[in-house]
Amino acid sequence: MCLAIPGKVKKIFNDNTAEIEIGGIVKRASLDLIPQVVVGDYVLLHAGFAIEVIDQEKALEISKAWEGNID
Amino acid sequence: MKYIDEYKNKEIAQNILWQIRRISKKKINLMEVCGTHTVAIFRNGIRKMLPQNINLISGPGCPVCVTPIQYIDEIIAFSRKDNFIITTFGDMIRVPGSTSTLEKEKANGSDVRIVYSTLDALKIAYDNPAKNIVFMGIGFETTSPTIARAILKAEEEKIKNFSVLSVAKIIPPAMRFLLESGEVNIDGFICPGHVSAIIGSKPYSLIAFQYGVPCVISGFEPLDILQSIYLLIRQIENGRAEVEIQYERVVKPEGNKIAMDKINEVFKVVDSDWRGIGNIPLSGLEIKDKYGKFNARKFAIKKEETKEPKGCLCGEVLRGVITPPECPLFKNICTPEDPKGACMVSTEGTCAAYYKYN
Ligand code: SF4
Repeated sequence: MCLAIPGKVKKIFNDNTAEIEIGGIVKRASLDLIPQVVVGDYVLLHAGFAIEVIDQEKALEISKAWEGNID
Repeated sequence: MKYIDEYKNKEIAQNILWQIRRISKKKINLMEVCGTHTVAIFRNGIRKMLPQNINLISGPGCPVCVTPIQYIDEIIAFSRKDNFIITTFGDMIRVPGSTSTLEKEKANGSDVRIVYSTLDALKIAYDNPAKNIVFMGIGFETTSPTIARAILKAEEEKIKNFSVLSVAKIIPPAMRFLLESGEVNIDGFICPGHVSAIIGSKPYSLIAFQYGVPCVISGFEPLDILQSIYLLIRQIENGRAEVEIQYERVVKPEGNKIAMDKINEVFKVVDSDWRGIGNIPLSGLEIKDKYGKFNARKFAIKKEETKEPKGCLCGEVLRGVITPPECPLFKNICTPEDPKGACMVSTEGTCAAYYKYN
């Protein structure tokens, strides 16, 4: 039930909702829990709410840390 | 899909597994607390990839599964009242109460509607001013801010016919409770990523510090889970017990302050019953008196006498004491089509995960 899916913020409306694209499908979601979002951000969507912004720099670290790591 | 596919890379998975094999010596039990992790672990066959000395146990982190049967009976009683519309997340509708389910009540003419968001439930209230709309407020910290937000919005917009039957729960007290009970040996926790996006990493420090059990907050893709397991093993083998955030792209140490403020504004922390586990002190959220008009418990409601399903061992499964195949009803009498207990109904239930993937 705590499933949350990453999507890209496409458009932000005056009522603090946004259009968020998830794998080609656009969903409307509330930004009430992360008002600081801007268009182009990736957010996590849970039950109609964006609950957190994805840190795009930190997102790359895992592959950097493990690529070619076999001694 | 971006931020999903890159965490499925097979080559990197092999690298992490190779490192796990290299450093892992002790025989250990790691508990994945969250039901979403349980499903991800099964779907990706992670148990089978790990060396034999690492055992993964599924925990109590499926909100549908830990909701006691008397609350299912309570919402069913609401659905039988005239002029009431029940709104709920989809997972809840097939969960058996003592004698019925919301699905059966709907087939018998009750107005039960599945919503995707709490704000959809509020919209139904707005559109049906002559009816009482009750939302089944189930969920952990990931979901409770969305429930709080709906209540605050109902207050702002003066929507009077909306109320919530709160059965919302808090995860860290349940983790402490399992450790206190000593029923299972837990050497490390794979902590729920999306709960932690809201609460941050601090609430786990006490667990790591007081009980000496390492905690790693994990994402949900295969590489996330493997890396979290690696980090836990590294702590255990080095004799450390700390809180680490593997899911750094999402989880900040301080969590989501705005979401936490909404929870704290609307809810008070209360003792709460967990199905199969019992009453856990300060592990639930009830609506504050200040917002009492949105609390569905203001209505007098008579529910039927509680009858637990015979033979269902959901409780033992939720505490990590047995695995589903050890339940005599598993697969022959209890199936996802005809579930006897909540652990088989919810797609995130451990019994359902074993049934589907094992
Ligand atoms: S298999 Fe069915 S009856 Fe057995 S514990 Fe799981 S849900 Fe309960």
